[in-house]
Amino acid sequence: MLAIFVKRILIAIPVLFAVASITFFLIKIAPGGPFDADRAVSPQVLKNLNEAYNLDASNWEQYVDYMSGLIQGDLGPSFRFPGRSVTEMIATGLPVTFELAFYAILIALLMGVFSGVLAALKRNTFLDFIPMAIAMIGICVPTFLMGPLLVLIFGINLEVLPVSGWGQLPGDKILPSLTLGFAYAAYIARLSRGGMLEVLNQDFIRTARAKGLTERMVVIKHAMQGGLIPVVSFLGPAIAGLLAGSFVVETIFQIPGLGRFYVEAAFNRDYTMILGTTIFFSAMIVFFNLLSDLAALWLNPRSRDT
Amino acid sequence: MLRKIIYLPIIILIFGCSENITPVDSGLVNQIYHHGNGSEPQGIDPHVVTGVPEHHILISLCEGLTIPNPNPNESNGYMAGTAESWSISEDGKEYIFNINKNAKWSNGDPVTAEDFVWSWMRILTASLGSQYPDMLYYLEGAYEYHNGIIDDFKKVGVKALDDHTLKVNLKNPTPFFLGLLSHYSTWPVHKDTVLKFGDIDDRNGEWTRPGNFVCNGPFQLKTWELNNKIVVEKNPHYYDASMVRLNEIHYYPVSNVMTEDRMFRAGQLHLTSTLPSQKCPMYIENNPDLRIDPYMGTYFYRINTENEALKDTRVRKALAYSIDRKLLVDKVTKCGQIPAYSFTPPGTNGYQPKTDIPFDPVLAKSLLAEAGFSEENPFPKLEILFNTNEDHRKIALAVQQMWQLNLGIEVELVNQDWKVYLNREMIGDFQISRAGWIGDYEDPNTFLDLMRPNRGNNKTGWEDMEYDALVEKANTINDQAERYEMLYKAEEILIDNMPIIPLYTYVRAYQLSPDVKGFNPHILDHHHPKFIYLERD
Repeated sequence: MLAIFVKRILIAIPVLFAVASITFFLIKIAPGGPFDADRAVSPQVLKNLNEAYNLDASNWEQYVDYMSGLIQGDLGPSFRFPGRSVTEMIATGLPVTFELAFYAILIALLMGVFSGVLAALKRNTFLDFIPMAIAMIGICVPTFLMGPLLVLIFGINLEVLPVSGWGQLPGDKILPSLTLGFAYAAYIARLSRGGMLEVLNQDFIRTARAKGLTERMVVIKHAMQGGLIPVVSFLGPAIAGLLAGSFVVETIFQIPGLGRFYVEAAFNRDYTMILGTTIFFSAMIVFFNLLSDLAALWLNPRSRDT
Repeated sequence: MLRKIIYLPIIILIFGCSENITPVDSGLVNQIYHHGNGSEPQGIDPHVVTGVPEHHILISLCEGLTIPNPNPNESNGYMAGTAESWSISEDGKEYIFNINKNAKWSNGDPVTAEDFVWSWMRILTASLGSQYPDMLYYLEGAYEYHNGIIDDFKKVGVKALDDHTLKVNLKNPTPFFLGLLSHYSTWPVHKDTVLKFGDIDDRNGEWTRPGNFVCNGPFQLKTWELNNKIVVEKNPHYYDASMVRLNEIHYYPVSNVMTEDRMFRAGQLHLTSTLPSQKCPMYIENNPDLRIDPYMGTYFYRINTENEALKDTRVRKALAYSIDRKLLVDKVTKCGQIPAYSFTPPGTNGYQPKTDIPFDPVLAKSLLAEAGFSEENPFPKLEILFNTNEDHRKIALAVQQMWQLNLGIEVELVNQDWKVYLNREMIGDFQISRAGWIGDYEDPNTFLDLMRPNRGNNKTGWEDMEYDALVEKANTINDQAERYEMLYKAEEILIDNMPIIPLYTYVRAYQLSPDVKGFNPHILDHHHPKFIYLERD
């Protein structure tokens, strides 16, 4: 396992380097610059701004400059927010995005695994059809619809929960976590049902039952270990997706997370911020994929040998 | 046990959060004002930032020589601020400002005339990259200093005669100069604080952080959570602190208008920055919190006059005359906008443009025919460029329909990402593009100056020397009536040449809690927070 871990980390370095280089030149190709504004600035002012941010140098010089900074861990200053560094902004948004992702994945796992396993055990009954129908709705209804819908019911009509914010008012973390978690719960429910169904038909389960184990023990100790492997494999990309894709939920609920910085940086042509967040999210995706692969490996003895 | 765990969140949901005191309710008790503020501000260095959200925050933190007048009935949009009084020489070129002797920075230091001199030097320091240096170009030597023609700031027309007397010399009598001074780009910054964290031209100095920030407004910076909220609290050193009734203002950078609307409905905001436009017609019927105020802005279409098809003035007039502006505001925008028949919004500081743009499809068609276009020689396909936005799309669709119906011109709509749209406008890669302009100060010059040759925001390629001379000359005249006569003539030339097609005059539509008092309509949407307080009827 250690060898796999080291090998994957070594592969990640050129991957991240490629991501940084491609992103750098892609954003240079994109029309418009960070200082284009509705109220156009005079050529003199634009020249001063370009000088202040080293944008008057050639693309190649800027690239070398940026990459050497990157190696030293310096992601540069934000162009959009004078006086803020990209590292500082990532550090500000990251804990919030992590917290949101954590609650969402917790909700997704609790709801998803519970209903998936239940559906598999009670196959072709109402306890199968109802959770799976809800899961289908969860997959089909996008977060930008689910969020406002939950807000309308719990925030505006019932007036029991705040409609926005993060850590400002009691209970304001519930609706965003539910909105984000529900979409993933639906996938996890479908995956765990499929995985469990496959495992429940296997010989070792029959053996366990023949040995006289209780149904609860059979399911929890034997079936779930194999049945949930698809869920574990899904978790890596899911967490990465939650981190990078929480933009919609962050916007709907006014949450100061990293997703908003990421998308708004692209709109604002905040070059260093786009680069910084892209590289950071790429690293996250690589890392969580690696973690989920290692976990799946640990759960599945067969793939450990290969 | 498992069942209990499952029910727990539901119980918390129903009972745990049932206490229903909203921030608006509690704000009333503590005089905490919750302000929806659009997007996250770029920063709070008044010499570096640009934009409306930044202005809303800065107006509570810093103060210029004049401040916006909260009384809409008074003709001037400004009143005494840090300068308690002033005198103007007979030729209108020399201003003597008497700085309020009680004016203090938020750290207790006195505000002096020298602070203004240093601050204006900072704005005009080219390497700072301030985006509003032209607000001070009216000063003697300011343009020259900013552009490196002179390097001695003593030659610029601003001097401290003593601690509390500031002398300003202008190139020309500039009747709107006092109004300019209520714009944040001319406000002072605390020299020692700025220099403690960097040089005079350091854009990235950390002096604007909570704990570091020092300025001279009615409030001081308390906390700043990025993308979450900025809190400002009452500044005890402010010279007029007894007038300030709010204890805190919380600014929320809510970029999504639907979220902001929901926050208002749930009692989390006293004021929204805007309104979901599709809700406006419904709110006009049944929302008593809706406010629609006059706003000094014009929505218009820019025409690229260098484009082969659009070079002919008759073609541009035909396009303008075939748009039914009244129908546009009644059926498309539907939020109290006013059809525009001039570039400058009527009533700007007493300015009433005399231009007219008729809706006359017959005349429009004959103009197009005069320009040589007919059924045999049809007008080439036109393109309307706009930045991706549902409201712009609706207007473009209506205009497309009108041009197709009234002139038989085929029109294609092209929407682009904001920066791509700006870039295409800047390099002239468009035929017709949607545009909007909001005045920086209350004077027609803020509009008419835009269309002069070589102005970065002209973007139409249109140049008219007579127009240029009239606008230039008008700014050298002290008598307002005489000056306006010149500007009326300039406006007529502009509308007669039609490099732009004005469509409607903006309004400010937003929601305001009835608890908010002292918040009067202001044509530039500037509201000094020392006049605002919370009280329930």
